[in-house]
Amino acid sequence: MAQIGQPISRLEGKLKVTGAAKYSGEYNVPDLLYGYVVNSSVTKGKIVTIHTGDAEALTGVVKVFTHLNRPGTAWFDMQYSDMDAPPGAPFRPLHNEEIKFNGQPIALVVAETFEAARQGASMIRVDYQESAFETDLKKHLDAAREPKKGMATMLKPPPPKPTGDFEKAYAEAAFKASAEFTHGTEHHNPMELFTTTTLYDGKGKLTIYDKTQGTINCQLYVGNVFGLHFKNVRVVSPFVGGAFGSGLRPQYQLFLSVMAALDLKRHVRVTLDRSQMFTFGHRPQTVQYTRFGATAGGKITALNHRSVAETSQFEDYTENVANWSPMIYPAGNTLLEQKLVPLDVNSPTDMRAPGGCTGLHAIEATMDELSYKLKIDPLELRLINYSTFNTAENKPYSSKQLKECYLQGAEQFGWSKRSAEPRSMRKGHKLVGYGMATGIWDAMQLPARAEAKITKDGKLHVKSAVTDIGVGTLTVMTQIAADEFGLPMEDVVFSYGDSKLPFAPIQGGSFTTATVGTAIVFASKALKKKLLKIAKSSNPGFKDAEPEELVFKDGLMLYKEHSVTLLELVAANKDKPVRTTNLGYPHALKLRKYSRAVHSASFVEVEVDEELGSVKVTRALTAVAAGRIINPKTARSQVLGGMVWSISKALMEETILDANLGKYMNQNLAEYHIPVHADINELDVLFVKEEDKVINELGIKGVGEVGLVAMPPAIANAIYHATGKRINQFPIHFDKLIDL
Amino acid sequence: MHTETLTQTYPVTTGTLREITLRINGEERRLSVLPYVSLLDALREYLDLTGTKKGCDHGQCGACTVLCDGKRIISCLTLAVMKEGAEITTIEGIDHPIQQAFIDHDAFQCGYCTPGQICSAVGMLQEGKAKSRDEVKDQMSGNLCRCGANQQIIDAIMDVKGGENE
Repeated sequence: MAQIGQPISRLEGKLKVTGAAKYSGEYNVPDLLYGYVVNSSVTKGKIVTIHTGDAEALTGVVKVFTHLNRPGTAWFDMQYSDMDAPPGAPFRPLHNEEIKFNGQPIALVVAETFEAARQGASMIRVDYQESAFETDLKKHLDAAREPKKGMATMLKPPPPKPTGDFEKAYAEAAFKASAEFTHGTEHHNPMELFTTTTLYDGKGKLTIYDKTQGTINCQLYVGNVFGLHFKNVRVVSPFVGGAFGSGLRPQYQLFLSVMAALDLKRHVRVTLDRSQMFTFGHRPQTVQYTRFGATAGGKITALNHRSVAETSQFEDYTENVANWSPMIYPAGNTLLEQKLVPLDVNSPTDMRAPGGCTGLHAIEATMDELSYKLKIDPLELRLINYSTFNTAENKPYSSKQLKECYLQGAEQFGWSKRSAEPRSMRKGHKLVGYGMATGIWDAMQLPARAEAKITKDGKLHVKSAVTDIGVGTLTVMTQIAADEFGLPMEDVVFSYGDSKLPFAPIQGGSFTTATVGTAIVFASKALKKKLLKIAKSSNPGFKDAEPEELVFKDGLMLYKEHSVTLLELVAANKDKPVRTTNLGYPHALKLRKYSRAVHSASFVEVEVDEELGSVKVTRALTAVAAGRIINPKTARSQVLGGMVWSISKALMEETILDANLGKYMNQNLAEYHIPVHADINELDVLFVKEEDKVINELGIKGVGEVGLVAMPPAIANAIYHATGKRINQFPIHFDKLIDL
Repeated sequence: MHTETLTQTYPVTTGTLREITLRINGEERRLSVLPYVSLLDALREYLDLTGTKKGCDHGQCGACTVLCDGKRIISCLTLAVMKEGAEITTIEGIDHPIQQAFIDHDAFQCGYCTPGQICSAVGMLQEGKAKSRDEVKDQMSGNLCRCGANQQIIDAIMDVKGGENE
């Protein structure tokens, strides 16, 4: 039976429900030292004096590291640049006396116990020379400038050049909608605190248990920064307690843990506390402006989308906010623009559906506004402007079953029961609203390597350095490999989460399954050739066989009426495992002619309390066209997770910045609101059938982000339908609705 | 120029180590801890029972939930020295149908909140106060899940709860 397409339960499930799964802060070894970080309490300036004496005198404290006594590290910015580094100069912990953002790590107290390290950290006193700072994006919109370009620009190209004459087309448009959208800062807040346990293996050799989305990314970073041979740095992360983008870059606890371990020649664990989880990357505060124009029949003729986002003073973090509208709606006249304002904050970092969930809110709320002006049903307006051609790239999509998402989604949700007028539906004192929106995300694939090996017990071993941050990578890679050889799941062992395994890029952008899955297909093909070669020398029946004529099934290799077991093939190889490592890569020439994207449509019902303004998402459905779904169970959970994030984004979460202090004010999980169980009602996911023969060997597109692009605007649109109030600032709290 | 200490306020005396005996998952465990060591840190750092998770250390996320004399408690807001003589059950000592239900319903992704969710669910079922799905959601709301597996977690609990009611 084919494993691909089966709703197989997570293979690591038992470890996770019994507490046996070990995360990076759970490798307890004798003589482990604990590090506790001290953070700057000012936003900008210089450390004049840092008083470490009290902490150093504390029983149990081994050493206090500051910029004054830290060991030397690499000189050049390049050496600190990781796979997800934006253009600029990456932050270097404890580099010098300069303070660039509030919460910047300025010291590490290392002690024999966690308690002593924590207490020592509380005893550090600092004299600062403060300087003026700016953290308020809205105050500095005039200073917006073009982002610098760099390596990161390859995955996130700037918006396409203007087409037609937007201003003229907009001026002449029969119907128009325009708005300003404001999004605050958000922090990833995975449940697991960022932790690194560095084991000092002697002679400068390190085994590092790190919370990361890229074992090799961290291995290269540590090697480069600390001048270590890569072979002496092993980064291991089999279990990652959520990351959502925060683990795409090496975080400062990795640097500090490694620094202390090398200096003290001891094992060192550094764990951030929850408030420190708000001191590294984040989703940037962003302001957007849209102006869309349409004919009386609803055809979109003019699209203008501009975004201004914050970045730090030292890196130009850019995410694609304003690129998307012409990818969805063909319009002859487009004007797109993305700008940055450097502020005195840490660099933003990719956070689940970076840019997409910000930009789609503006696009899809503007479309919704337009639909009311046109008196055309919002779903109908999307269908009027439907195209399988991407006008932004001037190419057809390799596949696009978005229309089926719209139609099947609407049918299952009961969209037809919606009455057109705002404030026209109610249940007692609750105003009821239906909203819908479109979602899109790039279907990307990067090169990766994989090893495939058959051992003398007839088992298939597949290996990749890739992590599994909870998305189901272990399970789906095992399914893919099992099908390559027609084996049951239990005969396949997938090893992962270890930098000593074959190269995989960082895990993000919804590209992991396509990237590592394709590498497994390439390695499997190569392994089949090797097996055939062995068969040819040991079994005359295979003499004329070509690799593509072989069939693998139930532990057998078959060619016409001939068959040989995998066990026999390894035996013929003198019991030595048959092994190969190969590079899997996208077919650039073939793909060049196509645009590639995953699509979705969300339908949402809200109830808004007429007196209290409180919003409840009573039910929601997201229909997804994501190519072939390897595992409908884990894929569904991915999309459901994105839908919970959508509720959070639209209605709850925001890191509040006090611009007078330059400081985030709600650095804890009681005041940084995310949904609890009671906030989640009926959520449903529908995967529409989508075959894509172009995109990669497996027809995979990826589902990590697509659950979080359509639903936030669908919620905002439902609130408008319920109340007649168009709130373009996320999160939408009751105070904005209370005067109904 | 100004001088300041960190805003965090931690105990400023080191204190005296206390010899205590905890009864965990049916076993007596002796350990020597400072009086302000949390039960959570005692489990994770002193007894190598790392199944209990630290998500916030402030009683805000529920990841550290364990059972104490059958009742669910937040181990990060409990001092180890307070629980001498109590019967503590951590995820390592749980053997309950809810665990298989979590696997069947895909009620977790990263798995980090899972031990706390499971301990909390077992405690909640023993309390017997939650009758409906809505009440279960309410009474499980002290346990955050950032992967967004909320619906599947409640499905898993309802599955087991239904079975118990029959």
